[in-house]
Parts: sequence; C-alpha cells; structure tokens
Amino acid sequence: MSERQFKPETLAIHAGQIPDAATGARALPIYQTTSFVFDSAEHAASLFNLQTFGNVYSRLSNPTVAAFEERVAALEGGRAAVASASGMASETMALMTILQSGDHVVAAGTLYGGSVTMLAVSLAKFGIQTTFVDAARAEAFAAAMQPNTRAVFAESLGNPSLQVLDIAAVAEVAHAHGVPLVIDNTVPSPFLCNPLALGADVVVHSATKYLAGHGTTLGGALVESGRFPWDNGKFPGMTQPSPGYHGVKFYETFGDFAFTMRCRMESLRVFGATLSPMSAWQILQGVETLPLRMERHCSNALGVARFLQADPRVAWINYPGLPDHPQHALLMRQMRGASGLLAFGLKGGLDAGIRFIESAQFMSHLVNIGDTRTLISHPASTTHRQLDAQQQVAAGVGPDMIRISVGLEHLDDILWDIDQALTTANRS
Amino acid sequence: MHNDSSTLRDLLRQCKTIAVVGLSADWHRPSFFAAKYMQSHGYKIIPVNPRYAATGQQILGETVYASLLDIPQPVDMVDVFRRTEDVLPLAEEAIRISAKCLWQQLGVQNLDADQLVRQAGLASVHNRCVKIEHARLFGGLNWVGVNTGIISARRPH
Repeated sequence: MSERQFKPETLAIHAGQIPDAATGARALPIYQTTSFVFDSAEHAASLFNLQTFGNVYSRLSNPTVAAFEERVAALEGGRAAVASASGMASETMALMTILQSGDHVVAAGTLYGGSVTMLAVSLAKFGIQTTFVDAARAEAFAAAMQPNTRAVFAESLGNPSLQVLDIAAVAEVAHAHGVPLVIDNTVPSPFLCNPLALGADVVVHSATKYLAGHGTTLGGALVESGRFPWDNGKFPGMTQPSPGYHGVKFYETFGDFAFTMRCRMESLRVFGATLSPMSAWQILQGVETLPLRMERHCSNALGVARFLQADPRVAWINYPGLPDHPQHALLMRQMRGASGLLAFGLKGGLDAGIRFIESAQFMSHLVNIGDTRTLISHPASTTHRQLDAQQQVAAGVGPDMIRISVGLEHLDDILWDIDQALTTANRS
Repeated sequence: MHNDSSTLRDLLRQCKTIAVVGLSADWHRPSFFAAKYMQSHGYKIIPVNPRYAATGQQILGETVYASLLDIPQPVDMVDVFRRTEDVLPLAEEAIRISAKCLWQQLGVQNLDADQLVRQAGLASVHNRCVKIEHARLFGGLNWVGVNTGIISARRPH
C-alpha cells in the first residue's frame, strides 16, 4: 500500500497530533509541566544518553510543543523541527548550531532589521563575520563566498522589501560550496512557499506572524530538510564526538534529523530560548486555519495593491503579487500567492505618509505582521531604526516607505479606511 | 523494499526476537543505542559479533554469538549494522535460520541481499533504523519534533 501524501489543509489540522494516548482527548492537551518523572535510574540514564526517546525537562522537549514542531515540519515538507520562544530565537538557534568563531556567512542585504543586527553586530561579537549581498542576484552570493563561509542566509520573501529570492539558484550556489542555505520563510508561511522543496536546507519561522496569525503569541520554529550532507568535512560539530553532549556523534547517530537533535541538545538546552507549552497550544489554534487565512490575506492584499496602484495620490507601490511587478513570474514559480505584505510611498513623501498612518481609523499603527487585523507601520523609524541610512537603503527601506500587513477585515472596509486616511493626509 | 507504514508496523509487531549483527558494546555507538532501545521496548536482543563472542563478554546482559548460524533459538529479524558489501552472506544465513525479516540499518543498502531474501519469502527493509522506525510508528519520535507522517484519529497503543 503506498502512503497517502496529505495536503497542507489536512496537515495544518492533523500533523503531529493524534488522540492523547492516556486520555483519548481529541484536541491537543496542554502539558503545563516543567519536568517528567523517570521510571528508574536506568530509564533516566537512557533518556540522558538519548538511547530512548522521551521527555525529561520542558526546556528540551514537551509534548504540547512537540505537536507544534511536527506540524511545522510536516507543512514545510521537512524531516524535523525545533520550536523556540520567538522567530529571532529560532534564527539564533539555527545559526548557532551551524556556526562557530572564525566562520563567515553570506546573507541577503534585504533582511528584516533584527536579522541584520544579529548578523552584523551580535554574531560579529563572537567572531562570526557576515557579507551582505544584493539578494536579487544569485551571482552576488557566489561572489561573496569565502573558504570559511559556512552558511547562506536569506528570506524567501523579504520583510519589508518584498524581495523575492530565487531559492533554487541560491541553493545551488550554497551547495557548490558545501554549505547549507538557511531561509527565513516567515512572510509567505509554509502554506504559500516550501523552500526545502526548492533546495533550501534549513527553514526558520517567526510563528508569531502568519502561523499563529492572530497577533497574540510569540513563537518560532526551525525545520531541517534531512538532506544536507553534514559529513562533507566542513561541519566537525555534526560528525565529531560532541563535547557539549558527552561524546555523542550526532550525524552518525541520528542521520537525517541529526541537525535538529543537535540544535535541541547543544543549542536550545544551553541557551534556553524555549517555547512555552501554553504558547505552543495558542499558536496551533492559529495553524489549523493557516491555509484559509493565507488565501484571504493574499486576495485582500492584491485588492489593496490594485487600489493603491490606481490612486493618483500614491507615488509607488511594491507588491510582487501584481502581474506587472518585475519579480511576479519568479514569485509565481515558487509560491502559491504573494502573502499579505505590501509597501508603498505617497507623492507627499514622508510627511504625508506619517499623516496617513496617524489618520487611519481601524488599521493599527504597530510593528507586527501577519495579524487578522490590518497593520500599518513606517519601517525607517521603527523596525529598521537601528540601521544607518545606507543600510536602510540596502535593506530596501526608503524614508517614505509605508508597510501594510493586510488583514482579514472585509476588503471594502480596508479600502475605505485607506481612502479616508489618504484624503486626510493630503488635506493637511 | 517493504517500507510503508502499515507493513513496517506489522513487522515490528511480529518480529519480537532480533539478532543484531555487528552490535557494539560501546554505549555511544549507534548499534548499542538501537539495541538498548529495542530491548527496553520488550524485544529479545541476540548480539552477533565475533569480536565479543570469542571473549565470552555479554552485551546488554545477553550472550554474544560469533555467527547467526550459532544461535540456538529461532530468530525473527536479522538487523544488520555492517558495511553494505558484507551483507550478502548474512542474507544467505538469515534464510538458512528461517528468519522472517532482513533489516539493513541506516546507510546499509545491499540490493542483492534485498532481492535474495525477498525471493526466499522474507520481508526486507534497508537504509532505515529499526529504533527510529519503531519510535516513529509507536510513539517517541514525535517527542523530538520529527515529522512521523502519522495522520490518525485513533489512540496510539
């Protein structure tokens, strides 16, 4: 009997959660416990030696969190996942597991501001250097590779630049140098894009955004494909006895989920950026409706983009879901839709933009994305404030850029609020 | 290869005695991990490794045999932790001792051996870990975020 390949709508509801063995509970129980008892000293030793699978302490693993991990792994078509307390924590866990002092990263220039700061400032403090390149050109990644490069990092769809990455082409560059491609897939969510299928090796998510979807809960996840050859000589931490986990050789012992096992036991266990079971449960309530929500986010965002494109008060609009967008063909090759983020500028420049944001009635002025609510923000003064003017331009964040995360309100009402805010902004 | 979930589940239910060829006595070797896990889940482990059989050393409290042919009791599954090129003679021995299944571990994939045992009516699995598959199908692997592929409305048992 060949096994059925279930579709994302089904996986979003079922993957990782069968009825509870102890009680038969159909919905996911919240295992709100720090610790789990051992059957015996021998059982405890086996668990610590990783010779049997089980739960020890919720900083390492927890059954409620594990259901979320498996669901994201399934939605991404990956082998295994590790959850963390936020998207930034997941990015940190992924990179800290791959990299060590003296290593080098090639990263897209158009990254979320927090990611730029992590690479350019925080990891640099530990002797890890990053070269930022033009994400529109795979050749730029190739040109920046060094003998000590150990990872390539980029976003599938840039926030807020909306830069579409040619994932297959950049994966080829990374693999030609024997290093993994790590993709932040937050903006499309796993429903719209599966970077692992296009050649990426590790995917990271801020689950706070579309996965959770309701602006309530912070969380993150990283997923491994199970296909990267960690024994190619460049990653001794994967093949040599682990000094951080009493001599276990992770790749030899766990094979195609060795990266997530090592991440869990060496990075998450030590740095402690664990997702709480309560948060995992809340995020999973959102994940169950991810496919439905993403379809509406996409159609509402396209409606907003068309409205802004036709409006004489608007100077420019960036939404790769528009057919005349230069990256539209690439986007459609890689994704089911262009997600709910778009950016635009007003003819009245920055001042008019600020007045627009302050004139909205129900569109919320804040710095999250992927909420049910429509959100508006001014990246240059908020999420990308830590970057200097040159870095802002490199990140695709001009001074007049307004970012909208289009929500699930009725499109007519969203357009009404945009129209009245534009009118107010122009009148003043 | 017999690798769909329902076949693997049946195999792991029926094969309760496992001869582990190439079992190491070093606690941090994958063969020891797997055998210890299976033993703790109720399987009878029979170590096969000439290196230890010669000295009379036990592994996991069990007598070690030099060869599959030396084992004085019926064997359900022959689980192979050896190099791919060394598997074919083991497949012949598995048939001789009337084992039900030849299981080649992760990274072990002798297709001639696979074909030989299947022609003799044995089940055959290769390039898979018996411990990982057991944990995937009967629970445990899901606790470490692995995509088990299990979609079900039934309670695990």
